[in-house]
Amino acid sequence: MRIPILKLHDYLLISVQVELDDQTALQFQEDVLEKIHEEGSRGVVIDLTSVDMIDSFIAKVLGDVVDMSNLMGARVVLTGIQPAVAITLIDMGIVLDDVPTALDLEQGLDRLQLELED
Amino acid sequence: MQVQTHVDIHSEWGIVAARQAGRKLAREIGFGSVDQARITTAISELARNIYLYANKGQIQIEEATSAGKRGIKIIATDQGPGIKEIRRVMEDGFTTSGGLGAGLPGVKRLMDDFDIDSELKVGTTITAIKWLR
Repeated sequence: MRIPILKLHDYLLISVQVELDDQTALQFQEDVLEKIHEEGSRGVVIDLTSVDMIDSFIAKVLGDVVDMSNLMGARVVLTGIQPAVAITLIDMGIVLDDVPTALDLEQGLDRLQLELED
Repeated sequence: MQVQTHVDIHSEWGIVAARQAGRKLAREIGFGSVDQARITTAISELARNIYLYANKGQIQIEEATSAGKRGIKIIATDQGPGIKEIRRVMEDGFTTSGGLGAGLPGVKRLMDDFDIDSELKVGTTITAIKWLR
């Protein structure tokens, strides 16, 4: 299964709306990086509004996407993390260090703009 | 109400099937959305451990009752290599697979009761229970 990645000017927009199995998560990681390279994107918003569970594996994949994109020169913002998901991650002791987040897609785009102006 | 369900774990798809079955049963037992996420995440960690370390095994999910309390019980069983250093796998950040090392200590914190029974070269059974509040 492939997660669609939309291009909007200098940005990539992704809304994760499928149950994330390991293979889909890893494929997604690769697809985002390829697309950044292909489009010369400066920023990426990954919206997780529809994701109702993030375990340690998916957390690692998401954290890695952020770090890998940063290496390539693109900024990533995660948006829409559900209350239950935030609670579970902190319960588990998983801290996504230095990962920019925002409440929703709109604020995520604002956040990217700010990050890129710095 | 379906009170018990088994999922065989022999591929990555088993991980997804186990957490979907767990979420369904947790909802039926009456857990709220936060506990549903905790239970689903715990099942996902246990199922992935089976797949990663033992290749195959089984997740059993059932309703639990004790002294008037109701809850959900997860039993993860495999006939894999067993866990050599149980004390260390319960430490945050300890990993032999390149992961975050958050799996088992995470499951323990997400659930109320947690028990590991592991014998080298025989296999591992992990039982975890979450009670309704």
